[in-house]
Amino acid sequence: MSSTVTTEPRRQTGVVVEQVVRRFGDRVVLDHLDLTVGDEELVILLGPSGCGKSTLLRLLAGLDRPDGGRVEVPARRAIVFQADRLLPWQRVLRNITLGLYGPDAKQRARDVLAEVGLAGREKAWPKELSGGEAQRVSLARALVSEPELVLLDEPFAALDAITRLRMHDLVRALRTKHHAAMLLVTHDVDEAIALADRIVVMSNGRIGTSHEVRLSAADREASVAREELRARLLEDLGLAGRH
Amino acid sequence: MTEVRIPAAALAKPAPDAEPTSARQREVFLPRGARRRTPLTALRERLRWPLGVYTTPVVILLAWEALARAGVVAKTYAPAPTSIVRSAVDLWQQGVLGPDLAISLQRAGIGLAIGLTVGIVTGVLGGLLRSGEFLFNGMVQILNTIPLLAVLPLMIVWFGIDELTKVLLISFGAGVPMYLNLFAAIRGVDQRLIEMARTTGAGRRRLVTRVLVPGALPGFLVGLRFSLAYSVLGLVAAETVNADKGLGFLITQGQTYLQTNQVFVGLVIYSLLGLLADQFVRALERVLLRWRPGYEAS
Repeated sequence: MSSTVTTEPRRQTGVVVEQVVRRFGDRVVLDHLDLTVGDEELVILLGPSGCGKSTLLRLLAGLDRPDGGRVEVPARRAIVFQADRLLPWQRVLRNITLGLYGPDAKQRARDVLAEVGLAGREKAWPKELSGGEAQRVSLARALVSEPELVLLDEPFAALDAITRLRMHDLVRALRTKHHAAMLLVTHDVDEAIALADRIVVMSNGRIGTSHEVRLSAADREASVAREELRARLLEDLGLAGRH
Repeated sequence: MTEVRIPAAALAKPAPDAEPTSARQREVFLPRGARRRTPLTALRERLRWPLGVYTTPVVILLAWEALARAGVVAKTYAPAPTSIVRSAVDLWQQGVLGPDLAISLQRAGIGLAIGLTVGIVTGVLGGLLRSGEFLFNGMVQILNTIPLLAVLPLMIVWFGIDELTKVLLISFGAGVPMYLNLFAAIRGVDQRLIEMARTTGAGRRRLVTRVLVPGALPGFLVGLRFSLAYSVLGLVAAETVNADKGLGFLITQGQTYLQTNQVFVGLVIYSLLGLLADQFVRALERVLLRWRPGYEAS
């Protein structure tokens, strides 16, 4: 396995995916897919369930290897999974410092815990947290190592609508402090519009269309441009006229 | 206790002439203790299970005592619990029981120490490393199917009839279940958590100390339960062979001279050891598994 991992000098950009193929048996899930994500860019990967979004994310995370093509990502990267994946037998602080070394690890974990709005909950057990709190801890765990790339795999899909909106605010706030490229996978069009610098829609194992989003925060909430973008995204997803 | 049934409106298919308020029952939930608490209900609640898990043993003991006193059960078959206690006190005062108990506990202690050490070391190596699995797993799986008592004659041939055989038999009984449970527990740690730990950049050491070992603790405690139980079993088997001291000797002697009391004294002490072992593991669970809300389940 180690032969497929090489360290190379960085190019200009956060993520480069070239002609990547991924198969499960006869089923081709990723079919010569290309994607780039710039430094500090937040790209939303939109697509229906089972279209290969998570497969692509796992390739970028280095959890799986591609069957063809080339994936280049920063060595310092972190993932937020759909489930919080906190260690139930470790308190919140120890969950955050899991991959963190050095004498200031605890302080850094406390700082980032405060950033996600959970100051003072260091000693809580994960089972004592609500779903939203647990997901915020896993967000803190990802950010504490100051990664250059953060991969988010439907991180808010299991949360209720109100908590999800709060999490969107949190992500926007965190982006002003942590300068990382982000790739967020979702099937929620509204979530995509709320957060993205760019939205890419996946279809047939490739990136179908790409939409730059240059809207102000207020325009993302409600505007003509927002509705137009939403209509186009739904069309790309094959859902036009159904909403 | 606190649910109140109130008959309420409407049938599923209301006939035109049906009473609308008759059929559907509704449930109302109130806080516990919201209902009127009379001294009678308070007393009844306290008396409901005053002995907890020991209710059945105590009831059996009482019935046994009653039957023995009524003369239904002959003294040579099953002497009354009180008379067993009296025998125990007598044996203690004669200076027989104390040394016997001490030597038995010493055997169990040494046997457990060896068995648990070997079981834990091989279990951890087998669980963590593929090479460890290949080295130990097949062997222990084979050993697991061999009954403890069937090894006894062989051990006597190999190691003689002295202390070594007894201690080894106990450690055999303790080591095998510990290995099996620990191996399964380490391999059973949630793969998604291991994957997550890898993505955070945690090193091998962190992976072992923060993910695998604590994740395997519930299984380890199950193994410990079995180990303690089987080590008592090994103790009984070992001490019935050529012992001139120990609880097993006490029982064998009692059997030879038809001292049923003495046999029962030995059995009671064995069962108390089992009870003690259970309480010990429970206490460990309370400390080690406090992150788990339902830690008392297993």
